[in-house]
Amino acid sequence: MTTTDTPRKVDADSVPAPSKRRYPSGRSGGLRRAVPATTLLWVLAAVYGFPVLWFVLSSFKPAGDLFSSLSLFPDDPTLSGYKAAWGSANFSQYFINTTIVCVIATILTVGVSCCTGYALAKYDNKWLKAFFLCILATTMLPGEVMLAPQFLVVRDLGLYNSLAGIIVPALLTATGCFMFRQFFLTVPDELIEAARIDGARELSIFLRIMVPISRPIMLTLAILSFQWRWNDYIFPLLMLNDPDKFTVQIGIQSLVGAQNINWSVVLGGSVITMVPLIVVFLVFQRYVMNADINAGLKD
Amino acid sequence: MTKSASDVSVSPPRRRSKYTVAPLVLIAGNVVLFALFFVWPAVIGLVYSFTNYTGIGAFQFVGLDNYSNLFGDSIFFDALTRTLLYTVLFVPLNFALSLLIANVLVSKHAKGVSVARVFFFIPWLLSPIVVGVLWRWLFGENFGLVNHVIEKLGGSAVPWQSNADLSLIVVVVAASWAWTGFSMLLFIAAIKNVPTSYYEAAALDGAGPWRQFVSITLPSIAPTSFIVILLNTIHGMKEYPLFASLNNGGPGTSNNLLVQYIYQTGFKSGQIGYASAASFVLMLILMVVAIIQMMVNRRVENR
Repeated sequence: MTTTDTPRKVDADSVPAPSKRRYPSGRSGGLRRAVPATTLLWVLAAVYGFPVLWFVLSSFKPAGDLFSSLSLFPDDPTLSGYKAAWGSANFSQYFINTTIVCVIATILTVGVSCCTGYALAKYDNKWLKAFFLCILATTMLPGEVMLAPQFLVVRDLGLYNSLAGIIVPALLTATGCFMFRQFFLTVPDELIEAARIDGARELSIFLRIMVPISRPIMLTLAILSFQWRWNDYIFPLLMLNDPDKFTVQIGIQSLVGAQNINWSVVLGGSVITMVPLIVVFLVFQRYVMNADINAGLKD
Repeated sequence: MTKSASDVSVSPPRRRSKYTVAPLVLIAGNVVLFALFFVWPAVIGLVYSFTNYTGIGAFQFVGLDNYSNLFGDSIFFDALTRTLLYTVLFVPLNFALSLLIANVLVSKHAKGVSVARVFFFIPWLLSPIVVGVLWRWLFGENFGLVNHVIEKLGGSAVPWQSNADLSLIVVVVAASWAWTGFSMLLFIAAIKNVPTSYYEAAALDGAGPWRQFVSITLPSIAPTSFIVILLNTIHGMKEYPLFASLNNGGPGTSNNLLVQYIYQTGFKSGQIGYASAASFVLMLILMVVAIIQMMVNRRVENR
């Protein structure tokens, strides 16, 4: 991804710049404008970054220093909070459970969304139109509104207290279907027509031509889905009963909801749960930043 | 004869409609999921809201009793008004912050945009539970950094946790902070779509940055603004995990919101029927919000 100055850097009237990429900051006018804008940007960034920074740095302080030391950097950095969270508070088990849920749910979500999005974009019949409206309806009725009945359904399907009970109900997402639909609408129909003339069957056109070209959308949705499942709290809370099956979010909440909060463990555990998402995000940053997350919403 | 003529005119859809099996196979997975986890719960939720079901055993239909009880239930009413208050505070604060940041980020004068953007985005990645823990750590009454600093500066500790209204404000700020990344992305996309020529023309006419923002940017991004408000309103109305970890709905029960109320009546007290009725009140509110938004949006776009 390039820097974000692309849309409005016309400025043709000001100076016939030799290189369009160079900022005109050498001139006094550019500098006069650059200073307040840059200052505002970085003040805001500092305000937004500070809570996370303070939290992460605190997690390296020894338990005894947590409440006494105001220094930003730990005088005596230690990993004891992390060790306590990973070992004693059963975070390793929660971490494994959450990873299983995220990976399976993400793969399946991308799969069903890709199929549905393609069908909605490239075929036309009244069943598909009706189903499109059905998916639209799910955006109006978030899962939180149907907590109790969803719990009963999962229980009656025999999925209560299993990881499948939090994976399967989460697979249908309107955002995912609309993202793929929006993408496949931009793929020219001639591609399909040509394949049909060559005698390809409908499903093999989908699998061998359409699936490979939709890889950027797949990655974007995969990141979103991973984040949704990793951060989900209320459905795991409802559907899981056995502490061996808890996810990391329930783990943290049970530590924070306790009478006497062991902050050293809470800080360590929370930072552990932040790491996978931040790594995934920094690696795949451009897929999220460029994403038309609102693709389906404006349709 | 006319029939065949009309068939010719609509030939593309007709040509496509040969394919009925393939698309149905493709959507089959989601159709099953939709039926199992949307239609089924929605139907039984509606049915149970008219019963005294407790999750197990038999139940009786009680007509509209659950709904009429809800309107006399002061705990429900408190949760409802607290939820509305939270949403009314959260939506404008988040709107203003993310619009400001989006404008700074697309400004061609600011330096280091691509790095700074990450700072605004990371809070959105964090789970509501972790966001709650993080702000609880900052605003702890006896141990938080904020009160430490206030006391160092000579003030007295502020009761961030034991005062219900201050506690709500901390949650509002935390939620706005965490949700900025998402709203900001939508705004950035919208602002980038405003034609550059508008700004050039305005600059020639002598309009300053503020005037350009009010007269060009704001009207041009109105559809996105409505989407942001709609999504944030829905998000605010169903907030629960952030409260759970930040103040556990407290002090006491003063900051119990609707979803927490539904969870507690449905799962702690086992009144599934009653909780379903409360869910449908929440659903109605969300639908009213969506309809109002759509009507306003259409009027603005037609103007």
